[in-house]
Amino acid sequence: MSAPLIELVDIEKHFGPVIALNGVSVSVNAGECHCLLGDNGAGKSTFIKTMSGVHKPTRGKILVEGREVDFDSPRDAMQAGIATVYQDLAMIPLMSVTRNFWMGREPQKRVGPFKFFDFAKANEVTLTEMAKMGIRLRSPDQAVGTLSGGERQTVAISRAVFFGAKVLILDEPTSALGVRQTSNVLATIDKVRKNGIGVVFITHNVRHAMAVGDRFTVLNRGKTLGTAKRGDIKAEELQDLMAGGQDLAQLEGSLGGTV
Amino acid sequence: MAETQTAATPEQDERIREMSAFRKALIRPELGAICGAILVFVFFIAIAGDSGMFAPEGIINWGTVSAQFAIIAVGACLLMIAGEFDLSVGSMIGFSGIIIALLTVHWGLPAWFSILTAFALTLTIGALNGYLVIRTGLPSFIVTLASLYILRGLTIFISITTTRKTIIGGVREAAEGDPIAWLFGGKVFSGLFVWLADMGVVGKFVAGPRAGQPVVEGIPMLMVWALALIVFGHFLLTRTRFGNWIFASGGDAQAARYVGVPVNRVKILMFMFSAFCATIFATCQVMEFGSAAADRGLLKEFEAIISVVIGGALLTGGYGSVVGAALGALIFGVVQQGLFFAGVESSLFRVFLGVILLLAVILNTFIRRMITGER
Repeated sequence: MSAPLIELVDIEKHFGPVIALNGVSVSVNAGECHCLLGDNGAGKSTFIKTMSGVHKPTRGKILVEGREVDFDSPRDAMQAGIATVYQDLAMIPLMSVTRNFWMGREPQKRVGPFKFFDFAKANEVTLTEMAKMGIRLRSPDQAVGTLSGGERQTVAISRAVFFGAKVLILDEPTSALGVRQTSNVLATIDKVRKNGIGVVFITHNVRHAMAVGDRFTVLNRGKTLGTAKRGDIKAEELQDLMAGGQDLAQLEGSLGGTV
Repeated sequence: MAETQTAATPEQDERIREMSAFRKALIRPELGAICGAILVFVFFIAIAGDSGMFAPEGIINWGTVSAQFAIIAVGACLLMIAGEFDLSVGSMIGFSGIIIALLTVHWGLPAWFSILTAFALTLTIGALNGYLVIRTGLPSFIVTLASLYILRGLTIFISITTTRKTIIGGVREAAEGDPIAWLFGGKVFSGLFVWLADMGVVGKFVAGPRAGQPVVEGIPMLMVWALALIVFGHFLLTRTRFGNWIFASGGDAQAARYVGVPVNRVKILMFMFSAFCATIFATCQVMEFGSAAADRGLLKEFEAIISVVIGGALLTGGYGSVVGAALGALIFGVVQQGLFFAGVESSLFRVFLGVILLLAVILNTFIRRMITGER
């Protein structure tokens, strides 16, 4: 088997006296969805920010396709094919879908001495890419604000894929969504994975993770509690690992197994 | 839209309801300004139609005033869409006027040199405004409010200490035959108006030193600048990559940075563009009046911002239209001069400004909710 698309080995990140990450190792292979689970404060955000070049790790190394890399900025990570879709910072609601989709990479066409935004091409590509993800737009100049939360995530995901992402980091893409929209986003993740892209899916919802995950890594108090393959672990076990075992088991009992 | 979201029917396709043509028109930023413009024209044709307001010289009259508003409105518009304000526009007008007059009249430098110096200085100040806003992270409202006072004070100080006056005249004479001064003070299509006068479309002076000449000498360069800036601003905003960056910077600077938009550069350039427009305004004014005064441009920043808001731009940035801002400026010019033609007490103009500003902001907030589906 070839080297993983991205591999993070024994990552430690300290913020002054606070140890946010204390030895986290995760690898993502092509075409797999690696779920990163953890309760609030477990270090998920710090970890993905390290992976996407926002933070530099205090210790540990990052390998992209087997080669060690050193990200100085999110731009470096993007150039290496690592794209991050943030939960609420993905899209600008007042701008049209096309304008959002191409933001920062607008196609241009030359008319005499001037260069113009090539809307004909941009609109066409946007519509096709959206259709691939199962979103039928009324028109490409429809404002993103008119889309549902799930559709916005999907636009952001297909944008990242279109611009050549090899690893896609999704920061809690389903946490603010309803049931229907969540399943749409999960279906999108599945489509992306089938195209050979490695997906890192951050969530604290075990059911969402179980629905699409190939491997599961649980973070707790800045440490990896191990990685399990699909089928080797049950939802209840993941839930317990996230919460740190005992406490939740008792709580779950009193809630009648509904958590 | 709130209702399309809550009515979550299972199928994707069914969820997307056809938008009525009315709603589609409503979310165009210019709509309010178009209606407003039609309204004021109908109103003044009704009450001042026979006062000469819509005769050629009348049109030039309110056209010039509208063009003045439009020049600074274009700068304010692009800056506001990029998410910032510039309150120093008015002071910048006074400042660059005094610089031009001082250099040409007091120190006898060529007019072209004075004009270019004024542009260089104001562009630097604009860049500084932008840099301070970016660096300090303070609201541009505060930073440019400071520049408003600093620049106005400096302008009066420089003018008083060098000439003991706050008004410097004689610029027109000093700029006679200058290679670029006509670009601001000149008139174009004079031949056309002589021809129109001969055809009887435009009246001629019947007495006085200019007897026999058409009452309209030509189109002032001020109008040409206004038109050029509107066309430039409109194309830049809606048809170029940079225009997309302007929208993105004002819409959500952080999201724009994440995808590689050079937000800081965009904002600083827009501050400079706003300063550029203010200097165009000042130069045209100085060349037309032949004098500069340290108190020129008072309150212009607010008039520019009001034009932009009437034009449908959101005060919070990320949304707006140059064409709308230009229509806002037109409404302004027509009403200000129209009240004069109609013989109405001109203080009512301010009342009108306040009322229309309020209406425009309420309408814009409503439109924004329609677009983003906020409550």
